[in-house]
Parts: sequence; C-alpha cells; structure tokens
Amino acid sequence: MKRLLSTFALAGAMGLSAFSAQAATKLEQVKSKGFVQCGVSQGLPGFSNPNDKGEWSGLDVEFCRAVAAAIFGDPTKVKFTPLSAKDRFTALQSGDIDILSRNTTWTITRDTSLGLNFTGVTYYDGQGFMIRKDKKVNSALELSGASVCTQTGTTTEQNLADYFRANNMTYEVIAFATNDEVVKAYDAGRCDVLTTDRSGLAGERLKLTNPDDHIVLPEIISKEPLGPVVAHGDDQWFDIVKWVLYAQLIAEELGVDSKNVDEQQKTAINPEIKRLLGTEGKYGEGMGIGNDWGYLIIKHVGNYGEMYDRTVGPDTPLKLSRGLNALWNKGGIQYGMPVR
Amino acid sequence: MTDLAGPVGGRAKSSFINDPKVRSIGLQLIALVVVVFLGWSFTENARDNLAAQKIATGFGFLDNTAGFGINQTLIPYSETSTYGRAFVVGLLNTLLVAVVGIILATIIGFLVGIGRLSKNFVVRTISTVYVEVLRNLPPLFQILFWYLAVLSAMPGPRNSISLFGEVFISNRGIIIPRPLFGDGAGIVVWAIGLAIFLAILFRHWAASRQEETGRYLPVLRINLGLLIGLPLLAMIVTGFPITFEVPELKGFNFVGGIQVIPEFVALTVALATYTAAFIAENVRSGIQSVSHGQTEAAHSLGLRHAQTLRLVIIPQAMRVIIPPLTSQYLNLTKNSSLAVGIGYPDLVAVFAGTALNQTGQAIEIIAITMGVYLLLSIITATVMNAYNKRVALVER
Repeated sequence: MKRLLSTFALAGAMGLSAFSAQAATKLEQVKSKGFVQCGVSQGLPGFSNPNDKGEWSGLDVEFCRAVAAAIFGDPTKVKFTPLSAKDRFTALQSGDIDILSRNTTWTITRDTSLGLNFTGVTYYDGQGFMIRKDKKVNSALELSGASVCTQTGTTTEQNLADYFRANNMTYEVIAFATNDEVVKAYDAGRCDVLTTDRSGLAGERLKLTNPDDHIVLPEIISKEPLGPVVAHGDDQWFDIVKWVLYAQLIAEELGVDSKNVDEQQKTAINPEIKRLLGTEGKYGEGMGIGNDWGYLIIKHVGNYGEMYDRTVGPDTPLKLSRGLNALWNKGGIQYGMPVR
Repeated sequence: MTDLAGPVGGRAKSSFINDPKVRSIGLQLIALVVVVFLGWSFTENARDNLAAQKIATGFGFLDNTAGFGINQTLIPYSETSTYGRAFVVGLLNTLLVAVVGIILATIIGFLVGIGRLSKNFVVRTISTVYVEVLRNLPPLFQILFWYLAVLSAMPGPRNSISLFGEVFISNRGIIIPRPLFGDGAGIVVWAIGLAIFLAILFRHWAASRQEETGRYLPVLRINLGLLIGLPLLAMIVTGFPITFEVPELKGFNFVGGIQVIPEFVALTVALATYTAAFIAENVRSGIQSVSHGQTEAAHSLGLRHAQTLRLVIIPQAMRVIIPPLTSQYLNLTKNSSLAVGIGYPDLVAVFAGTALNQTGQAIEIIAITMGVYLLLSIITATVMNAYNKRVALVER
C-alpha cells in the first residue's frame, strides 16, 4: 500500500511540478520544517530498530541524528519513516524523506539510474548464509538443492542467484516482503537457509526461537557497501550528508570523541582538530551550516568508532568486530577525507 | 438562418447553442479535449522531470536479464530470462491462484449456502458458524494463519508424511509424482480429448432425445465409462507409455516429482474459504428469492427434493446469484495480491516487487501491474455478464 502511495506521489510530483521552477533548496526546506526526515528499516537490530517506547536506535539511526546535530545542534530533530526494502527508493525520489539511511547497498544501477546519490559507506558488509546447526553443513558450497528464504526488494536475491549459478548448484528461493516474515518462515522450517547481509544475519539471529541452534557459514558471497542515500539535484545537501560521515571518521582518527570534545575545542593545538571543530577556518560556510558543525556532531552523537561500538560492536548483542570497518590505519578501509 | 429548419408547432426560433443535442455533443467534446490535454501534459511533464533527475524511463527494461530466481514457474524460466518473462511467470502464478481459488470457492460456497437453508440443525449451524467466522476475519490474517500455523505443524522433508510412498507432505509442500510421457503418449492424450468431446456430444444428444421422446438415458454413468474407458483402451494399445517419476529425498529436499509449494496451498485455501463465505450468502439470498410456490409446484409434479433444487430452484436462483458472484470472483482475483505477505511469487511479488526494486522503474511497473488487474477484472466481468444473460429469466 505504502509503495503504491509513494508511486502515486512520485508520479504526481513528476507530473505536476513545473519542469524548470527552482524550489527551495533541501537545506532550506529542512531548516524551515525544523527536522530531518530520515528513512530507516522496519526493524533491524543494530541498524535501525524501534524499542517498545517507539524510540529508534542503531547505526543508521545515529547517522541521521548526526546530520540533525550538524544542522540544528540538536540530535533529536529527526523524524523516522520505516520503509520496506521495496519502498525505500520511491520514498526518496518523491521527496517523502530527506535521507535514506537504511542499510542500503551501493550499486551502479541505484547510483546511476534511480536519480539517487550514495554519500558514503557507513558499513562495509557482505552477504552470508545462516543455517541450522543440525543440518551439519560447514560451507556454502554444500548447499545444493537447499530452500533459501530471503527478503524481496534487496540485492540479495540477485547475489543468491549468481552464487548458485556460478557454482553450478540448484536452489529454491522463497522471497518475502519484510524481514520479520523471512525470520518467521525460516524459524518454522520452510527453508534450510536464510540469506542476507552478514550484519543482518547477526541481527536476525537474535529474533529466532533458539539463536544458538543456528550458525552463520564462513562464505561471504558479495560486497555490500551500505550507506546513506540522497536524491539527485541538490549538491549542497549531498555535500552535507557526505561530510557528516567524514567528520565522524576523522574525529575517530584524531582521537576526538564525545567525552573529550569540549576540552579539545578549547585546548587542541593540532590544526586538523581545530579545523574539524570549527575553531579555525570557516568550513561550515561552504555547506550553508554553522562552522561548529563538526563539534556538534561529535558532541551529540560521537565519532564513528563510538557510534559503531554502541550499536553493532563487540559489546552489543550483535557482537560484530570492526573488520573492514576499522579505520584505514588500523587494518580496515574506513577513510575520512581531510578537512582543509 | 431561414425558417425552414424550425419546428412547425410554433416553438420560438432559437440559437443553435440552445439546441440540447448540439450542446451536449459540444460539452462532451470540450471535456474530452481537456482530459486528453491533461493526460498528455502530465505524461510529458513526468518524462521531462524524470529525465532531469536522471531516473531511467521507458519499457526497454523488459528485455533485460532478470537475474533472480522464482520458485514456482509454470513456463520454463531461469535466472538468465528477461524481466518480460518474469512478468509472464508472475502473471501465470496469479492466474493459477485465481482460477483454482474461484473453482474451490464456488463449490464450497454453494454447499455452505444450501447448507444454511438445510432442515438439519447440525448442517445449518455449521454453515452459519462458517459464514460468520470466515467473512468477519481479515483475509491477510487468514492467509498468514494458514501459512504459519499449518506450516509449523508440518514435519521437515526428512520426516515427511508419505502416502503410499508416492506422495510426500512436509513443510516444503506437497510433492506428487510427475507423469513422464514416452512414445505413443500423444495417442493417449488424443484419446482423452476425444472422450471429452464424445461425452459432451452424447449429453446433448441424450438431452434432445429426452425432450422429444421422454425417454431417459443414464448419461452420467455412460459418460463416466467413456471418459475412463477410452483413454484406458489407448493406454493398453500403446503399451502404457505414461510412467510416473516418483520423488526421492536427496540432500535437503525432494528431487523429481512436482512440488506444490506451501505458499500456493495456503494462499488458495485461505482465499477460497474466505470468498466462499460471501458466495454462500449470495447463494442463500438467491434461493430464498425463488418463491415457495415453485417448490410446492415441483413437489406436486413428483420431483424429489434434490431434483427440485437442481431443476427448478437453482436455475431460477441463478439470476439473483450471478451479479454478486461476479464481484466475489473479482475480489478473489485482486486479493491474490496479498500473496506477497507469505512469499508466493505472484505478479505483485515478482514484478511489482523484485523487478521494480532491481530496475527502479516504479511508474512503468506499477502502471503495467494495475493495467493487468484491470484487464483481468474486465475479462472476468465480461464472461460473467455473458453467462448472466444466458441464465436470465426470459420475460414474455
């Protein structure tokens, strides 16, 4: 239903809006309504998940809060729109949401033919398989003939097809509209294997009746760079969202976190820190926001490492080690562009 | 203007603008032009805006490789097939549910509807409870119930329930043997076709003979013999060319045989039983619309109760039943799009789901999907209206 509504909204927006009329910029729109509208998942532990009070938490959620902090100095000025995998792009295209931060894989089709821009990678992931321990399978290459449950409207369906085809194996795919249905069907034994991004598997496993009866197979069958997305046509907005993540990455690299940021702002001698926190230079101006944008992000949300550890890190139920998501100088590939 | 065209009866001569005929045609023309212009400018504008945002448009994507799997395909399909083919696969899956669902719903609906008027207390009560419970629960809820409740009660493929070692029931669905057609199987298929043709011919002949001479032939028994006997004879003559491939447990799943997936079973059963509750009420109202005098007249002619129902009441009730029945058929077809909730690969799940997500061409795909449902509904309605005309009471 929601998809249909979004599609009508898209058709309406595209059909009725005058072609050349230049509306207010995204930043002006966001400032005038007073909050950032952020598209998230319908519930994926660690990334975007509401608690019983309706408060959202997770890596994707915190990223949206960081954007709100950079613009308003207040991380609570965000409203969340839960979207299914299928509805997410239409919601962004039609302008229902300002940012899509919903563990979305960056692919060429999405980047070039949907009218969207990926602003960076908040989590480097890869697709994996989860299976019951009592099936006694140790490798994804032993899965020929298996029934596989997955979510429709994701890149996983195609990766799955590619992987089984490349290895000359047969399979049966059962694709459901939402994550919860996938987990229920897998739990009920409809399929032998559940496939999605490995970070997703870690989250979904917690929803099963007996999480310990299931293992995640070692194979990673795809590259899944997950990141925030904005709509084409507003480069200023694109820049803001892009640099929020870079600021968080640089802060971690420079050892600035939410606890020492006030002190660092006053006493830091390192010019890079001073530029990041806005005490030297005017780097917010180019984006149309305050020069203390970096300070506000770190103060209210924290650097990338803090955000990671709070939501998906080794001390959370998901227990995901940094791996590829460690900083470039610590064995990973997360790399913030310089503020200068 | 001359006086020639004016009416003789003395009505005041007036401008052609006031001519009701000219006026209505004129207004309709203006309305048409406005609608066409709006539609055209809407489409043009949408195209320009989409192009400006670099969002792909057009129907070229239908020829691209789909690259995803579907677990129930009535025509050959693989990951290398095109989106166009995936569309056809989804459409056929929708039609399969619609056709099987409509047949089941009609049978159950008629039985329950007649049951509601039964003199037997137990039958009447069961029918009433059936109608009141099923029509008052949301269909999606019923589909999920059939899927998750029944699915989780089923054993895994390794402990599946086996019927005569040929049919296997598990949480992977019902696996039945697949017929394999050897040499000469064509003759058997022809024999089946011929038997059906002859049976229809015989029924017509017997009916007209009965009308002329009053003599009655046991049509059902003779036709049954024909339908079984002729293909059997063909089988014997050709030396049993049709064999069955029995499914066999290999690794995770059964290999060979035909797999009826649980999503199909759950969706069809849920939609059929749900719609049947409404059909039952239509049938009841149809029967009750036939005056009791008809029953009494039939009984006094010596017809038995079942005959009265079949030959006198139902034919007259049909004219009341058919129009709302058409609506129920349309509802069932459209409700089949709830399939997406349980992972049945219908048109909405495959085309407006996976294909839409992969290509991102929301406007085109939703337009095609809506067009398909519209077309299906119009075809169903046309067929049912034609049937309605045939059974309608011919008034003198």
